[in-house]
Formats: sequence, C-alpha cells, structure tokens
Amino acid sequence: MNFVEKFFDKQRPKVQKGEKFHWLASTFEAFESFSFVSDKTAGKKGAHFRDAIDMKRAMIVVVIALIPALLFGMYNVGHQHFLSHGECAGFWTTFFLGFWHVLPMIVVSYVVGLAIEFAFAQIRNEEVNEGYLVSGLIIPMICPPDIPLWQLALAVAFAVIIGKEVFGGTGMNFMNPALVARAFLFFSYPSRMSGDKVWIFEKGDAVTGATPLGELAVGQNVSAGICDMFTGLIPGCVGETSFIAIMIGAFILLVSNIASWRTMLSIFVGGAVMGLIFNCVGANDYMNIPFWQHFLMGGFAFGAVFMATDPVTSSHTNTGKYIYGFLIGVMAVLIRVLNPAYPEGMMLAILLLNVFAPLIDYYVVDANIRRRKKRLKMATNTK
Amino acid sequence: MSKLIKISKGLDIHLIGEAKKEIKDCITPSFVALKPLDYIGVTPKLLVDVGDKVEIGSSVFYAKEKQNIKFVSPVSGEVTEIRRGAKRVIQEIVIKNDGNNSAKDFGKVSLAELSREDLKSKMLESGLWTLLRQRPYDVIPSEDSLPKYIIVRGFDSAPLSPDYNYILNGEKAALQLGIDVLKKLTEKTIYLSINPGTSCEDILSLQNTEKICFKGKHPYGNVSVQAEKISPINKGERIWYINITDLLTIGKFFLEGRFCPTKVVALTGEEVKNPCYYRIVRGTSLEEIFKGNVTEGKHLRYISGNVLTGTRVEENGFICANDNQITVIEEGDYKEGLGWMMPGFKKFSVSHTFPRGFFARCSKKPFSIDSNLHGSQRAYVFTGEFEKVLPMDIYPMQLIKACLSKDIDRMEELGIYEVDAEDFALCEVIDVSKTEIQTIIRNGLELMRKELGE
Repeated sequence: MNFVEKFFDKQRPKVQKGEKFHWLASTFEAFESFSFVSDKTAGKKGAHFRDAIDMKRAMIVVVIALIPALLFGMYNVGHQHFLSHGECAGFWTTFFLGFWHVLPMIVVSYVVGLAIEFAFAQIRNEEVNEGYLVSGLIIPMICPPDIPLWQLALAVAFAVIIGKEVFGGTGMNFMNPALVARAFLFFSYPSRMSGDKVWIFEKGDAVTGATPLGELAVGQNVSAGICDMFTGLIPGCVGETSFIAIMIGAFILLVSNIASWRTMLSIFVGGAVMGLIFNCVGANDYMNIPFWQHFLMGGFAFGAVFMATDPVTSSHTNTGKYIYGFLIGVMAVLIRVLNPAYPEGMMLAILLLNVFAPLIDYYVVDANIRRRKKRLKMATNTK
Repeated sequence: MSKLIKISKGLDIHLIGEAKKEIKDCITPSFVALKPLDYIGVTPKLLVDVGDKVEIGSSVFYAKEKQNIKFVSPVSGEVTEIRRGAKRVIQEIVIKNDGNNSAKDFGKVSLAELSREDLKSKMLESGLWTLLRQRPYDVIPSEDSLPKYIIVRGFDSAPLSPDYNYILNGEKAALQLGIDVLKKLTEKTIYLSINPGTSCEDILSLQNTEKICFKGKHPYGNVSVQAEKISPINKGERIWYINITDLLTIGKFFLEGRFCPTKVVALTGEEVKNPCYYRIVRGTSLEEIFKGNVTEGKHLRYISGNVLTGTRVEENGFICANDNQITVIEEGDYKEGLGWMMPGFKKFSVSHTFPRGFFARCSKKPFSIDSNLHGSQRAYVFTGEFEKVLPMDIYPMQLIKACLSKDIDRMEELGIYEVDAEDFALCEVIDVSKTEIQTIIRNGLELMRKELGE
C-alpha cells in the first residue's frame, strides 16, 4: 500500500483550494478515504478513542447482505429468459446471461448516482457520503430486468437529486432514494413498467410472463408454485423474487445489528395482521389467499428487509419503529388487495410511511416531553 | 441496608492498564499549575502576580462572576508564570514549589461551634467551595443557592477508574466530617452512591447520609444517571454533587485547620510501564510521574482524566483540577490501508461488524485502544444506537440535534437540565458518524447557561 499512499501524497497539493484541480477535491478525498482510513485523531477534550466502525464499514455490511439476493437475481434473469423460450441451459450459462444483463444496470446506477454525489459534495465542500453505495445497488435490484438503461439513468438522477441532495444529502433525506427512483419509473413510464412483457429479459412468446401479483390483480390464479415463490424462480424485479436469498440478507443485517429488528419484525406482523383480516372477510379470491403468501410475493420481503429499515427515512425512535413497521405491513397488503391499479403495494406503503415517520417520531418524543412537563408541574405543586 | 437501583443499559469498556494496588508518593513536584479553564463558567481575576510568594491555601484568583469563591494554591512557593492563550485568556498559573509546605492557618475549630454563615465563608475562603459542583451545567454553585439534595459520588464507573475502596481506606473520620459539613451547610438530604463492589467499611459505615447502591454498567457512576433515579432535576431546580475524594479534602481541612493539597490518583493505561496509584499534590506537573514510566519510541497521548471524558495534556503538562486519574494511550495518527474492509480481529468495537464486538459476550479480554477516529465525520445516519448506552429517559439524538440547532426551547423540553456532556461520552465513542457529541452537548449547555443564567 506504500506506493498508493505516496501517489495520494503526491496528488494532494494539486487539489488544494486555489489549485488547478480543486474541483476534484471531494473526489480525491473519497478515493483516498476509500483506500486508507484517515489518520485523524480524537480532539483535546472528550472521548479519546472511538469504535472501529465507520460509515463505510456499516454500508459494506448492507452491500454484503444484498449479494445473495443479487446473485440469485442474476441467475433468475437468465433462468426466466430460457424458460420463456422453452429452452434449457446449464447453470453457468444461465447465470452469466443474467450477469451480463444485470451488470450494465449496476454500472449505470453507480456511475450516474456517484457522479451526482461527488458533484454535490464538491459544491458543498463536504466529504462524499457512503450512503449511495447501498442505494446504488438497490436501485437496479428493484427494477424489472428489461428496463432501458436510459430510463434507469434518469430515475437514478431524479432520485439522487430530488430524493436526497436537495434536502442536504445522505442523512437529511426523508424518502428512501431507491424507492424514489422506482416510483419515478413507475409513474413516468407506466406503459413500460406495467404489463407482462417487462418482467422477463427478452421474453419468448410462449409464456405470459406475469408476476404472481400481476396475476392476482387481474383476478387470475397464481401460476407459480409456493416452492418457486420461496426460492424465487418466478418473474419479477431483479433482486426481489427470492424469499430465501432475502432472508439470508436479513440474517446478516440482524446479526450485525445494522438494521433494526423492530422495524423488520413489525412489518411482517403488520402484513400478517392485515392478511388475516382479509382472510376473515374473504370477499374475493385475492382476500382468501393465505396471509403468509403475501410475504413471498412481489417486493414485500425485499422492502421489509432492505428498504423500510433505512435508518434515515424510517422512524428514529424505537417506539416509533414498531408503529412505522406495522403500518407499512398493513398498508402494503391493503394496497395490493384493494387497489387493482397498483399490483405492488410495498413501494407505495414504504414511501407513504417515510413521509409519516417524522410525525410518528413527533408524537413519541412529545410523550417524553409531556412526561417531563407533568413532572415539573407536580414538583411545583408540591412546593 | 441501602436502597438498590438496577440500571440495565450502558457499556463497560475493559481496557489494558489497570492500576495496581500500590501507592507511590509524588508530593513534592517542582511546579504546579492552577488551570481556570477546568472550571466551567469561571472568568478568573488574579490576586497574585509573577514573582509573588504564596503558601498552601493562599488565594491565587477568584471568579469574576462569584467574587467570594477563592481558588487557592496547593503548594508554597513563587508564582513564576501566567500562561495566556488566544484573546489573553488565562490558561495556567504556574507556581514553583519551594518544598517548605508552609500553609495558611485557617484555625482549627469544631464544626459544632461554627454557624452556617461562618462555615460557608470558611469554605469560600479556603478554596473548598470550588470542590462542589452544581447540576445543571456542572458549575461551581453560587454561594447563595441551595440544592434540592446533594449526591456524594462514591464510586467511579469509567474505564480504568481508581478504586475508591482502596484509596479511601482508613479515612473514615475525615469523610464523616466532610459529610457533616455538607449537612450543616445545606440541611438537605445527602445521598451517597455506592455500587455492589463498595466493600470499604470506612465508606459503608458513614452516617448522616442515605446510601443508594447502583448496580449496572457505565455510565451508572455518573451523577446525571444517579440523580434521575433518585429524583430528576426539573427546570429551575439545582442539585449539588461532590466526588467522595474531594469530600475527603473538606473533612481533612476541618480536622487539621489547613488546606490539604494532596490526593491519590491512579496512573493507568496501556502505555504506562507500571500502572499504580500516586499520592500527588493538586495541579501537579506530570513530568516527574511520566519520566521513565511510559513506553518509549511511540507517539503517546497523555490524558488527565479517563479516556472517555479526560483532557489531553502535554508530557510536561499539569493534571486538571477535578481528575482522579491519569491515562496514557497510543496516539492513533496513522493511516490504515483499507482498514474499514479488513476483518480487524483486535480492534475495539462494540458493533457486531467487528469480531471483538460480535463475540463481546464471550470474551472479557481487555481492549487495546488508540486515539484514531477510524473514519471521518458524517451526517447522522444510524438511529437507536445511542439509546443503548444512555440509561436515562432522554432521546439522545433529538437532544443532540436540538443543541446543534441552538434551539433553547427544544433543548429544555428534551431534558437538557438533567444531563451533562460526560453522559454522552459513550455515545461519542460508538458514533458511526464520528461527531464530537460531548462538545455539542457542552456548547448546548453553555448556550442555556448564558441565556438563562445558572
């Protein structure tokens, strides 16, 4: 690493204020801090040592947790393609077909997103925040595999600028940027994002290619078996199909303590409660599907594990997290079953609760404030 | 039987370099210094000049805001230097020790003979008043104020903190007298906080106090945590607290009729060759203590106080006024290639993303630490972590943000009066965003104090 360090030392004077390459200062800092944990030390007064964890470490854990779902998604993209053509291919052929199809999506997402992040960091004279490492991977994973790359690039740009940077960057945004990207695509290109064609890469004409939720929304029965929905061998967004791969990610996030178990658990509880209520009503076939099948379909599991748990946009208080998660679960199933215009309710449920999270926190914190005021009142009265 | 209060949240950090049970004498330093900046809210007005002779107990300066509170010299000798910093703020008043130990005689009188007013003026004149602290704001209490109650902090829960059972052994008479003084001074309840490890009979048998046993993890030794469990501090209320080691100084003054300048401190930390206890003079120069006793060939950080809340001092610096501990750790001014990606088997972490944090329940092996930040400052992203290490009914993140936005009403609503910067030390340690939380809280408290008064 010595020569890398020397390289950075040599370049540093060139990006100082007033120098020719100052416009690259944030980029330089980002790459330097990526290569080396800085030599900054604690201040004169206060804590003289710090936990080894930093934002990069935390974000890389989320990226690692996403990898099982991503790898499976790549395989599934290939698998669905061959399946729709009625062909059968070997494992590696299937995987690499998907890999070469998904890789450009990831590259476009990172290049566009990071370029905007770097530019904003430079304008604000700040260091580049690592938040986009995760968002940049999640965005291609929640897109249909057949999405044109220019649409993806536009969605990423919209999400990063309007969803995050205008509010001050990572940590200040109130809506999950990845979901903003998805919502942008959903509402800007409805003809592209709906229908059956989009969910399978270069679909053959032999199959309809509808997702289980798509089928349910138009009153059909689900053609995929429970087992396929569990493993994820169904048409759908790149990373969302496999329940089992997402659960591996959930396990990684929970044991590493990065994601909140409160949020995750209460989403599933909320979904189950709403599912059970519909089971009791049982007015149509959709209401009658067992509540737990909602977890296996569409983006429910992926949203619950990777997107609703985003600490910035979720509720900040522990009590609030229970309410926030529960309502996401309820809303997701409610939208799915009762609103045929939106087969997938998870995206809208999370975005809705992202907007309401500060309100939930307001009331949770307000309870604490009222407790304090009440105590003061009692103390004054006893005097 | 004392009342038991259990505190479940918190974090004990075990570090290498605990002090051995051995007391060495280091009571004739060449120089001592009084540092006015150790006292919050004190603008010093000097009573001496360079070249003036002082003796133990002579007033060196007083507080502009509270003119009767005198700060006294811990040695006899000559004022050699008045060090000033930016805007001519007095940093240190250095006194050369002549070794004679001649002390100002304040007269030995029995406590019963003194009226409350006489007692108060004696304490103000002899520098003893400066040992008292008031919450909120952690300032020296004003002479006219009276607290809701007093807490005597009978144990320290910070990493590598001194064992009071050991250093206070055999001091019962002075401690009891100290308590009696406070009782006479305020006529309020005096709570003595102890923990299950308090075994010293001289502490346990103290009369005139209500003993409360706290069981838990750091910061359960902090006054704010204890006060919240005893009776929370409401707006407009004040409580006083004093460290039991300072109570000893008060007791000794009334036993001997002169200011007792010595105290026992623990020299701790991984980079100390022989960590043990030292009997020192308040404000002592640390050069003689460190000489030959710290690791050579390394860049070291010398801390007056503990690693959570202490102040960095120079190798030839002086101990701060309130500290019972000196710590030496390695300075972490190195770069680490891809450090955030490496497994980091030996690194200190409580997060489960590092092996030592993940297996924390299995291993109690002490950590080796240095002062590296392991990252740079970011916006707050993660939530729910600070709550785990702050055992109070406070929303830490919301309070920190209120302090950052200088929103006085919000700070008040969120309970700023109940806390102090030291309570947020663990939050600062575990903070993924690497912000200086203690400084943020201190600035918030200072803003409140300046706007609303003490």
